[in-house]
Amino acid sequence: MPTRTLTPGTDVLDRALVVDPGQRVPGRASGFPLRREGPAKLTGAAKYTDDLVFPGAWFGTTIRSSEARATLRAIELDPDVDWSKVVVATAADIPGENIVSSIKDDQPLLVPIGGEIRHVAEPVALLAAPDRETLRRLRGRIRLVTEPLEPVFDPELSDHVFAEYDVKHGDPSAAFAEADLVLEGEYRVGHQEQLYIENNAMIAVPGEDGGIVIHGSMQCPYYVHNALKRALQLTSVQARVIQEETGGGFGGKEEFPSVLALHASLLALKAKRPVRMIYERHEDIVATTKRHPAVVRHRTGFAKDGTLVAQDIEVVMDGGAYCTLTPVVLSRGVLHAGGPYRCPNVRLRGRATRTNTAPNGAFRGFGAPQTEFAAEMQMNRAAELLGISPAEIRRRNVYVLGDTTPTGQLLRESVAGEEVLELALGASLFERVRERTRREAAQRTGSGTIPTGPLRTGNERRATGIGLALAWHGAGFTGSGEVHLASVASVELAAEGRIRVLTANTEMGQGTKTVFPQMVATELGVPVDWVEYAPQDTAEVLDSGPTVASRTVMVVGKLVILAARRLKETIEGRSNGVPFHEAFRDDAREHGATRIDQKFEPYPGVVFDDATYMGDAYPAYGWAAAVATVEVDLDTCEVQVVDVIAVDDVGKVIHPILCEGQVEGGTLQAVGYATIEEMKLDKGRYLNDRLATYLIPTALDAPHIRSILVEAPYSGSPHGAKGVGELPMDVGAPAVVAAIHDATGVWIHDLPATPEKILAARHGERAPAAVGPGKAA
Amino acid sequence: MSAYRFLVNGAPAEVEAPGMRRLLDVLREDLGLTGTKEGCGEGECGACSVLVDGQVVDSCLVPICQVEGRIVRTVEGLSLAARERGSLDTLQEAFLDHGAAQCGICTPGMLMAARAYLDAGGAADDGAIREAIAGNLCRCTGYTKIVDAIAAVAKPLD
Amino acid sequence: MPAEPPIDTPKHLFEAYELLASGPTRPIAGGTDVMVAITGELGPIPERMLDLSRIEELRGISLEADGLVLGARTTYTEIRRSALCREHLPALVEAAGTIGAAQIQNRGTLGGNIANASPAGDTLPILLAADARILVGGQRGEREIKALDYFVAYRKTALEPDELILHVRFPLPGGRQLRFRKVGTRRAQAISKVVVALGWQDGPRGWSDVRVALGSVAATPIRAAGTEAVLEGARPTPEVADRAAETLAGELQPIDDVRSTADYRRAVSARVLHRLLRDAGGW
Repeated sequence: MPTRTLTPGTDVLDRALVVDPGQRVPGRASGFPLRREGPAKLTGAAKYTDDLVFPGAWFGTTIRSSEARATLRAIELDPDVDWSKVVVATAADIPGENIVSSIKDDQPLLVPIGGEIRHVAEPVALLAAPDRETLRRLRGRIRLVTEPLEPVFDPELSDHVFAEYDVKHGDPSAAFAEADLVLEGEYRVGHQEQLYIENNAMIAVPGEDGGIVIHGSMQCPYYVHNALKRALQLTSVQARVIQEETGGGFGGKEEFPSVLALHASLLALKAKRPVRMIYERHEDIVATTKRHPAVVRHRTGFAKDGTLVAQDIEVVMDGGAYCTLTPVVLSRGVLHAGGPYRCPNVRLRGRATRTNTAPNGAFRGFGAPQTEFAAEMQMNRAAELLGISPAEIRRRNVYVLGDTTPTGQLLRESVAGEEVLELALGASLFERVRERTRREAAQRTGSGTIPTGPLRTGNERRATGIGLALAWHGAGFTGSGEVHLASVASVELAAEGRIRVLTANTEMGQGTKTVFPQMVATELGVPVDWVEYAPQDTAEVLDSGPTVASRTVMVVGKLVILAARRLKETIEGRSNGVPFHEAFRDDAREHGATRIDQKFEPYPGVVFDDATYMGDAYPAYGWAAAVATVEVDLDTCEVQVVDVIAVDDVGKVIHPILCEGQVEGGTLQAVGYATIEEMKLDKGRYLNDRLATYLIPTALDAPHIRSILVEAPYSGSPHGAKGVGELPMDVGAPAVVAAIHDATGVWIHDLPATPEKILAARHGERAPAAVGPGKAA
Repeated sequence: MSAYRFLVNGAPAEVEAPGMRRLLDVLREDLGLTGTKEGCGEGECGACSVLVDGQVVDSCLVPICQVEGRIVRTVEGLSLAARERGSLDTLQEAFLDHGAAQCGICTPGMLMAARAYLDAGGAADDGAIREAIAGNLCRCTGYTKIVDAIAAVAKPLD
Repeated sequence: MPAEPPIDTPKHLFEAYELLASGPTRPIAGGTDVMVAITGELGPIPERMLDLSRIEELRGISLEADGLVLGARTTYTEIRRSALCREHLPALVEAAGTIGAAQIQNRGTLGGNIANASPAGDTLPILLAADARILVGGQRGEREIKALDYFVAYRKTALEPDELILHVRFPLPGGRQLRFRKVGTRRAQAISKVVVALGWQDGPRGWSDVRVALGSVAATPIRAAGTEAVLEGARPTPEVADRAAETLAGELQPIDDVRSTADYRRAVSARVLHRLLRDAGGW
């Protein structure tokens, strides 16, 4: 059973609002609603897309390129096949624009004849058949005629730039000249697969009005809705999108579902019957978006006492073949690249380019895990060189109230970097454990420490190490994103007396269906079971924005609360002050339905200039610290992450069990990112494109995760919440890599920190050396 | 095509199917028991776990010809007795209480692996529980709450 | 949904032999490898299948005069639970516990591991280190193949297309020691990067019949002859262990692949052997 034994000792801890462990029985959701769709999921009654039956439905599949870059000359159908029994769709069948609607209009649904194939899994044609046996037989009888073109795989060599940012604050060059230590570092991270356990799945059903109804697995029904309208020339009514039970997303079902929904729709329109497109795992890995690989270069100036004086950071991200959400991913990456630290002189540069690999896109953390890994590596290495502890160097630099960020944002409230840091240090006994691990390391004469005998083992088989990382994560959309979205969420008292919450925000495991009714029930003063959550069906709910960026509770939750308050006022006003819970049934009988639509209003005082990239990049930030303990097998360099203490400031904990669930799950994804998860590529093709070769942690690989939740509320939300989903993803990897260093003495600059890399490093490949002290090189 | 007879969740079933049809497809498509999920089709994720003669197996790796005369148990049969009373069995209840199900797609398979462990007399031992569910990938929970939920209904450690 | 090739389910060996002799036929026992093949993503789909699940002659674990005999259909779970295996072949029990997880161990069989003959097959180095003998049969009769002679080339074996693996015999000379270590990417459900099995007989003049067998470092499971020569007649002292580790690193020619690197496999094979020798020597 997880227990929380905290003994706040310092002033900082006295100020921290740690969620009271006594608030609940450990491990049980006492006093909080149970997961609403939980019983259906636990009995097998919940219907995911592939569980739905549509009589007469055909099965669809995608014919893909096998070349990284080529011109498509022709699509040849084998003349020996009777193609009248099936349906083949190509770009020529698209009624509207051949564009998957996203930030830029660069991605086609299907490559047209004469068009350019840009990655090895690019969709070129679609095939539907009445049964899967026919589909399997015929898919190999469609041949693509192509002319190869020279592909580009290195993002640093690509001349096609999707996005670029340059943020400058103070005078870095002057500051470097004054610095006592100038530390350079280059860090690389690779593709990470979201690996939701339910593959992407869509069923398109043609309607009598010439329209399409989509049933599918997705995060953002209105993204799909917009894409359908544009490519298929449908009205808002003709295009209808229904989210079915969704088996995980993590960003992987943010933008990609539009592609699959369009493909299924195209086939359904041509076949004039429902078409199912359910990816198998191999196709899902090959064709869908991944976390962006990145190269991050740091040049950092420190004073002797560890105070940061200058940062010069360059971020290069690999966007893959199409733009997707790359500019926003890069933007978040760049804005978080300095880490949660005050620095008077900063230059942040970022560039994302096109390569001939499958497009990259959204994944929990959205650019920040890549750059914050680099920032934390740099901080930990500097602490080592300066001879101060990783805890102390962070104490000296972490943002506090009143500090200013590189975009000129004054941190006016809800700053909890110190609190999460001290709680993590205290709960993990960081300094004491580290003293022991350092003593053990100094005495060790084991494997790999014998210069003349790299194949020898030593007395000790295993080494323990402990590592620390700290991060910030901007809450909600970057910059003016929310203003442009202009979300609307509704609370309705229906004519028959039902209370309904209507939003487009989806349940994919994180708990939307549980917390929205909980928040509304609290406002209305009714039992939570009285509040329904309307289905995520574009025919029923308005566009409350996508279910991404940890914005659901913070941004849409606010709209829902405000709508509930207005509904309560309205009903109680009409009933002359009879409380809502007594009045609403009579009111509905008398007045019929009352629906309150609540529109997003900009957070007061939050201003960001998209042109200059200056101002308030986020309305508030969440703060996270992690301490990881690892055991490294000194013979094989296998790493077991034993424990992670995860401390996360989420503003306000709406539901402790669900909130912890986010922290624990995000922490394990970060541990996988740190240790074993990596797509390997050869000429633009993923080599480990199956579940037998792309490995994620099992229960035996997972550390014991202890989650400590902190509340530093944000005043812009009625509830104070700032979001939780992405926070743990930012700190896990640098904490694990720091712990590996503590155990083995080597810094691994490139994720994942595999045994192969650790062994190579221990055999003498040194980390890039520090420049300085004194002059920069 | 041949006829295969076996018990599913206590009731006799007979299907006409090619002998190499996967048990997974027979359950989901021929019998309409869609609680059992497909995650990878190659025995890596465990989402399709069911019990055959009490042993947990990946139903994507079992041809139906090998199920002739056997006893199959799926998530739909986990709480047959309890469901008649309109509730969950103790293991499902523990998953719900502890927050052990998030997106839910691994949950049916995870429950079956846990059921096999508990039926074999498994105790509230963290390491042994983790080994028992190591063939079931979960991407949402970090496994902590799943292990807690199983431990809560397992027999106490001696 | 994968392909569904025709399948026969004989109850007796002679029927299985007939089917095998009548044309290309792919046997299936636990299906943990074969069922992945019917997706067609990893190679051609078998034309015809032969279900071994009703053939009782392929089952059972028994202690006989010339060793421990395991039927080809013995599952990894049965090996882990078998009192005979625990007593006489603890290294095999250990290996069985590293394969997949419960679902795979409940279905996967020793015979299947041998028939599939993956260079990464986790039990295969144990067969080599234990001088196991594989009994195979068909309409043309039965014959015994030494484990050493069985693995011919990458996924090519001495088994003829019309033959079945019937059982595996592990000789149990008194005082024979076997050790096993697998290195994988994660702690369950992982194909190995390196597997090492070490076998020896302790005697007054040092070690004899030393076997150093490895998986995942060559196109087949292999024995390291040069390293065995270093250890033959020696004792596991620090000097001998150093020499054996260096010899092993020198004679292995592993490759880079999706799971690991040649350098890692070479160094870690040597270190794991060094560790096993250190443990055996008690220093």
